[in-house]
Amino acid sequence: MSGLALNNVTKEFGTFTAVNNVELTVPHGTFVCMLGPSGCGKTTLLRMIAGLDLPTGGAIRLDGEDITNVPTHKRNLGMVFQSLALFPHLTVGENIAYPLRIRGVPKEDQKKRVDELLSMIHLSGYADRPVAKLSGGQRQRVAIARALAISPKLFLLDEPLSALDAKLREAMQVELRQLQQKLGITTIVVTHDQREAMTMADTVVVMKGGEIRQAASPIEIYRRPADTFVADFIGSTNLLEAEADGTGRVTVLGQPVSGVFLGADTRKATLSIRPEDVHLTAPADGALSGTVTFVRDLGGTIETFVDIAGRQIVAVSTPRARPDVTVGQPVGVVLLPDVCVVLAK
Amino acid sequence: MRREAPQKLGDYGPLFFPAMMLIVFFVVPFATMIAVSFFQRQQGGFYVPAFELANYQRFLSLFFANVLGFSLMLAVTVAICCVVLAVPFTYLLTRMARKVQIVWLVALLSVLSLSEVIIGFAWSTLFSRTAGITNLLVMAGIMSEAKALLPSFGAVLTGMVYQAFPYTVLVLYPALVRLDPTLTEAARTLGASPVKAFFTVVIPALRNTITATLIMVFIFALGSYLLPQLLGRPQHWTLSVLITDQAIYQSNMPFAAAMAVFLVLVTLGLVALTVLAGRKGDAA
Repeated sequence: MSGLALNNVTKEFGTFTAVNNVELTVPHGTFVCMLGPSGCGKTTLLRMIAGLDLPTGGAIRLDGEDITNVPTHKRNLGMVFQSLALFPHLTVGENIAYPLRIRGVPKEDQKKRVDELLSMIHLSGYADRPVAKLSGGQRQRVAIARALAISPKLFLLDEPLSALDAKLREAMQVELRQLQQKLGITTIVVTHDQREAMTMADTVVVMKGGEIRQAASPIEIYRRPADTFVADFIGSTNLLEAEADGTGRVTVLGQPVSGVFLGADTRKATLSIRPEDVHLTAPADGALSGTVTFVRDLGGTIETFVDIAGRQIVAVSTPRARPDVTVGQPVGVVLLPDVCVVLAK
Repeated sequence: MRREAPQKLGDYGPLFFPAMMLIVFFVVPFATMIAVSFFQRQQGGFYVPAFELANYQRFLSLFFANVLGFSLMLAVTVAICCVVLAVPFTYLLTRMARKVQIVWLVALLSVLSLSEVIIGFAWSTLFSRTAGITNLLVMAGIMSEAKALLPSFGAVLTGMVYQAFPYTVLVLYPALVRLDPTLTEAARTLGASPVKAFFTVVIPALRNTITATLIMVFIFALGSYLLPQLLGRPQHWTLSVLITDQAIYQSNMPFAAAMAVFLVLVTLGLVALTVLAGRKGDAA
């Protein structure tokens, strides 16, 4: 099989299990984002794929070949570190040429490849500059070019954009995704920024406590989260206690909701609904009725906080569909069945 | 924090005390030594103020040229040996657990507390025929007969490297601790074996530190005068030994001072050359 496969990969540090029995298949040319809170094991997993840490159990296969115990320098991969790890004693060109020099590529070919890569990252003519003289975004590009110099089979990035300011980070996310699609290279990015993952990934892998909670396309993760952790971690959501009767009928806050997606068929469950799917209406029409407690008008979006029998629900709407409400006013709340997800408690 | 250039004389206040100490304990004695080097020696161990170049003329002989050459060669060899041993050692040390590092650093500091005399006699015992390490080799069956390893150049070199090694490690340690460990990891992901990564990334990134350490150990080794006498033959004696000999046993202060001044000048010249060479390397 072409691509990367992780089978039961486990990493224990003493009694602490950092990565627990991870199963994951990454087909060739896929862009994967590993997402999770700090300490969830995502970086350890990436380091094991790179060979910088060795798993205590399980196997890692690349294009069908077992690379679990192959030393890092023989894996032919490219990696971008959080600190970027550009070599301070080398110029931009020498940094990018480093993997070629190590492999004994002739000088002329090195120069040709470096020029090619520099034009790819829009830094032509920067070859002779010392890396210390570059801006944050430029260093970022140089680190990416250096990792891609040998056209590796695997492109790994550990929180690559965390050092950049918000605007530049958004721009680099788009650039990185476009670059990956152009090169068709299997790419794995570790991040804790869910916006970043949604922007770039074909597959988002949500991790917690060393385990994969869900691995799916960004929109599926968003629309059909596997559990309450994923629902809450990706974007914002309203989590409401619900009761299912086992026949597909679900009761939320004393009101039956029909036709919802059943992620779990337990009696005690949690219903997740995204704020943008909550519709506010006149009190009589709504299945649920509540009181507006706060309105946050951010210009681009308006967040309305509604109290329903002691539970708080947030509804987000655009200025065009501005709900005509004021604090203290009673409103009706409609939970559209096709956008609600019922999850195990 | 903004740094302003000092405006009034009072702004230089914090510098007065160190400047005074430097003048009293360095500039004045050094100036005295330079003056004495031009004085005339009187029989009986004293000297009278004069201005003559005889002391320097006497120094310009093949014998002293050889001694000077040997002293510089020995100091350079010690510096290179120390750095070659200490860089990989310190690099590995900084990658060890904190507790292990502390044990090693305490051990190295305790070597520093040993005086040159103790180090000299300890090594002369270790290199002796009757109680030395060759006896262990005989017991292990590697050698057929115990023999004395001193006096010899190797013994002098070993003693001096042993003495300078802790300094070398302590000077290198901070720079190596600060070195970003992801640099080596990055080199490995880019295709360099750990050994290659060490030579293509760690060493070049530390070039300035290594140059500074070489200069420090070189100067430190140049001043050594006990170990060459304890562990070497007369041909292994350094200029420092001869200076001590002239100053203390021959009571020829002016000649000793002249030799000392000359040694300082040669040393400064060599250090300046090294620094210049380092600058050129940076510019290229």
